[in-house]
Amino acid sequence: MPTATKTRKPLGDQGPVAEQFETMGQQRDANRLGMWMFLGTELLLFGGLFGAFVTYRVIHAEGFAEAAGHLDLTLGALNTALLLTSGLTMALTEQMSRAARPKATFWLLVATIAIGALFIVIKGHEWYKEYQEQLMPVLGLPFSYPGEQPEQAELFFNFYFVMTGLHALHMLVGLGVLGVIATVAWRWRNPPRIARQVQISGLYWAFVDVIWVIVFSLLYLSRV
Amino acid sequence: MSAQKGYLPDTEEGLRFFPEQASTFAGDLDFLFIGLVAVCAVMTLLVFGLIVAFTYRYHASRQKPREALPSARTSHRIELSVLGAMFVIFMGLFAWSTHLYLDLYRGPEAAMTINVVGKQWMWKVQHPDGVREINTLHVPVGETIELRLTSEDVIHSFYIPDYRIKHDAVPGTYRKLWFEATKPGQYRLFCAEYCGSYHSRMRGKIIALDPADYQRWLDDQGERETPEVRGASLFRSYGCSGCHLGSSNVRAPSLAGVYGRPVPLASGGTVMADEAYLRDSILQPQKHVVAGFSPIMPSYSGQIDEGEILSIIAYLQSLEPEDQALNPSDTTRGSAMPEGTAQGESP
Amino acid sequence: MSTPSLEQRWPRDHYLSGGFRLRDWLLTTDHKRIGWLYFASITFFFFIGGIAALLIRLELITPGGDLLSPDTYNQMFSMHGIIMVWFFLIPSIPNTLGNFLIPMMIGARDLAFPKLNLLSWHVYTIGALFVVLTVLLGAVDTGWTFYTPYSTLFTETAVLAAATGVFVVGFSSILTGINFMVTLHKMRAPGMSWMRLPLFAWATYATSLIMILATPVLSITLLLIAVERLFGIGIFDPALGGDPILFQHLFWFYSHPAVYIMILPGMGVVSELITCFARNSVFGYKSMVISIMAIALFGFLVWGHHMFVAGQSMYAGVMFSLFSFLVALPSAIKTFNWTATLYRGRILLTAPMLYAFSFIGLFTIGGLTGIILAAMAIDVHVHDTYFVVAHFHYIMVGGMVTAYLGGVHFWWPKMTGRMFSELWSKVAALALFIGFNLTFFPQFILGYLGMPRRYHEYPADFQLLNVMSSLGAGALAIGYLLPLVYLTWSLFRGKPAGANPWGATGLEWQTSSPPPKHNFVQIPRVSEPPYAYRNQDQETTG
Repeated sequence: MPTATKTRKPLGDQGPVAEQFETMGQQRDANRLGMWMFLGTELLLFGGLFGAFVTYRVIHAEGFAEAAGHLDLTLGALNTALLLTSGLTMALTEQMSRAARPKATFWLLVATIAIGALFIVIKGHEWYKEYQEQLMPVLGLPFSYPGEQPEQAELFFNFYFVMTGLHALHMLVGLGVLGVIATVAWRWRNPPRIARQVQISGLYWAFVDVIWVIVFSLLYLSRV
Repeated sequence: MSAQKGYLPDTEEGLRFFPEQASTFAGDLDFLFIGLVAVCAVMTLLVFGLIVAFTYRYHASRQKPREALPSARTSHRIELSVLGAMFVIFMGLFAWSTHLYLDLYRGPEAAMTINVVGKQWMWKVQHPDGVREINTLHVPVGETIELRLTSEDVIHSFYIPDYRIKHDAVPGTYRKLWFEATKPGQYRLFCAEYCGSYHSRMRGKIIALDPADYQRWLDDQGERETPEVRGASLFRSYGCSGCHLGSSNVRAPSLAGVYGRPVPLASGGTVMADEAYLRDSILQPQKHVVAGFSPIMPSYSGQIDEGEILSIIAYLQSLEPEDQALNPSDTTRGSAMPEGTAQGESP
Repeated sequence: MSTPSLEQRWPRDHYLSGGFRLRDWLLTTDHKRIGWLYFASITFFFFIGGIAALLIRLELITPGGDLLSPDTYNQMFSMHGIIMVWFFLIPSIPNTLGNFLIPMMIGARDLAFPKLNLLSWHVYTIGALFVVLTVLLGAVDTGWTFYTPYSTLFTETAVLAAATGVFVVGFSSILTGINFMVTLHKMRAPGMSWMRLPLFAWATYATSLIMILATPVLSITLLLIAVERLFGIGIFDPALGGDPILFQHLFWFYSHPAVYIMILPGMGVVSELITCFARNSVFGYKSMVISIMAIALFGFLVWGHHMFVAGQSMYAGVMFSLFSFLVALPSAIKTFNWTATLYRGRILLTAPMLYAFSFIGLFTIGGLTGIILAAMAIDVHVHDTYFVVAHFHYIMVGGMVTAYLGGVHFWWPKMTGRMFSELWSKVAALALFIGFNLTFFPQFILGYLGMPRRYHEYPADFQLLNVMSSLGAGALAIGYLLPLVYLTWSLFRGKPAGANPWGATGLEWQTSSPPPKHNFVQIPRVSEPPYAYRNQDQETTG
């Protein structure tokens, strides 16, 4: 991890140690390990879904490839670009919070949240479009598929909505967490704590990015 | 649901340890089981015995030499040799059981294939010559019987304890199971996979008969149509013949002799026309579109039951490619003119 | 060690003296108090699941279905399975004893994330109560395995609520697993190297690893069931080309390793008990550790043995069978080593030791019948029969629950500062062993005779064995109720235990009973390997 290269103690390592720990180093390591493990379990959560999808993608190769062609690649690509950009702003937030710059930290957080929210809006628009095209086999809505293999397409769209829905849920959780940190950063009362929180939530945000990239390549890119 | 006790043969009460051995497989399996139980019993007794012996000898109240424990190296060697011994024993048992399983899995050439469809909460049986039964299966002794299992709703499991065989009936797939009965008599049939409210009443019986008795039983069944005949009439009544037979072959491939042959697909590649393929083509016709045809066939999903599908498959299986005099070289696209129409009536 | 002195004074300031208001419990971050919260929750769920089991056994006394309707019966065994597996067995040892002991065993003041620990308990209890309520109100009849397409398309019961509840409880498992792993990695006292960890800590480590690796896959699988029922999004629907067997693969990918979640902690507890009451260092410490980790890892390679008759390919079957035979090897080594630990020991037949012996015996039978089931040809015959039911009860109840009770008795003086009745505890241990065998041994025979599991009615000639089994269940119930009585009694009337009533090694015994709020007045330094009961000798343990 890119810390402790400077001679001064990094901001995140200052402040009082929680009572169960001996040293700040121990506390920092424990927090970081915990977050990595949590993200590992999240990856496995999605992993089960990806595994099932890939299994079906192999069994019903043509139907799935064709159904993928009915997704809006432009919007998907735009969303990918947006999310990667928000990854950049989040990384910058981390730098700024460690450099103890309240204003920059706050505004970069706001930028990250704004881009994330835009992602959700675009995603929602995409879902609405699919709803209009009757490609949303959810809650017994009519599903009329213009292609050749409607059953498999329905299966594909089932996966599509579960995967993008679960990802969007993680985005919303992330946005909520960033929103809380943004209010805390606005007040700027306990800078070392803010720096630690920004670092940990930055890990989570990067994870959400990574998951999206996998979802995007599985659903949008593996088309005919 | 009324009680179905009548379907279940009575067995004498009292304590037994083994079910009857009534198939060719049962004896081998019991032998393996006894072998495994013997090995396990020896190990269990060894553990119990050592615990009792050590507890007696080294109880805190007894004065015994306790100082010299085996050295680290000795105990390591002991562990390794225990590990090695267990490994050898376990691998031996593994080889034995796997050998037996592979025999069961591959199975010999079957004398007849009987279709079995599970449905909440009954077993529907279709004999090759058209006799149909519910919750009862008559089989001849001494012949290899193959069952083709499927389900109309949830997963069931076809289990005959006296034959030591079992296989799940999974909706949407065909599973095979074979056995050879050795003794005439009545044997129990259970559903072993939990399938809902009346799971425990999804029972029936196998009636194994001497071949002569079996033939007599068949003859007594009176009027019946074979699955081929039934399939042929279904083939017409569902309107399949309108496109797949006769002069309208432009719209759909002829199906004469398609069974068991590779079919070229519109997407490139080929697929083997087996039971699963034919079933899929009826329920999900767009899944594999034959090269040269448009995906215009409607799905029959929800309109046709598993028994009917099996009959149509039997009918398609019975069609010979040679019947197609006009275009014998092309098995999938050939037109089937008058001969093709005739097949439908004389399977 | 010198003989334990019971005259040590009652500590003036300890973790229980901090207050007894509801808030002091429900909002505590002290791992010991949270251990008690879990203790209360799982005891509650255990008895609910136990009532369901008794009703099942009562129904099975007669071949016909006369006590319960078929649907009620199906709901009973589903409730029994769901509650016992997810709300009792999985959290039993790790979340109660583990919570209480892990920080003390490694010389830490608390777990790494005390608030997360409290959150885990709240998540667990709310999720589990939610399921129990739905089961009582709306009922679930899928069995604990939720097999599709029955669970998604056919049953009309409250599968959605049950799957959601189990999904929520899964998060508690994940959070607890992370907490233990981080604690064991980062919070060990000076000198407490990995090879000086008590085996209970190693077992908890392996358990946590499985929880972290497997639970997410179960979560997503249950989530897929929930969305199928809620939104009609069919992932396993055969009509769309979905595969019901894929569900089984995903389910068992979690649930087979979960079986090891339900036995590894028991192995850890028994290693502590045997060494303490044989006054001996454990035979082959290093290979015990390797076995624990090998079981945890091999546990991920054997899930397919639940599908030998579901139609997986022959080669897959052979591989899964091979791994299932191999996973028995580390368990065999552990059993051998426990037995060898007795050699030249100084054996005390206390109640915890009786439980430990029960564990070894029952686990041996359970494990070896597992070998019989791993033999594919035999599995074809006994799959989904009472043979399987007996086998896994020998592991989970004979193994895990016995170890859990042994552990509760062993650490009771540490948790409460008081001793329980020696006589009654031995009676309970014996009732448990006898009742258990009477309940479940006949089921092996029933299974080989061909009685399928989850049967509400059965042919009349199975009745004798079923009656034996039901009688045994009565004795077993006594074995479980007795400790509830005398342990509760000891809370008020038990003799003060002193810091180390058993004369055990291990850091948790070096602090007072009950321990102070942050466990140690001063963080200890560790300078010797675990189980140094023969401190006069020089022999190493590996």
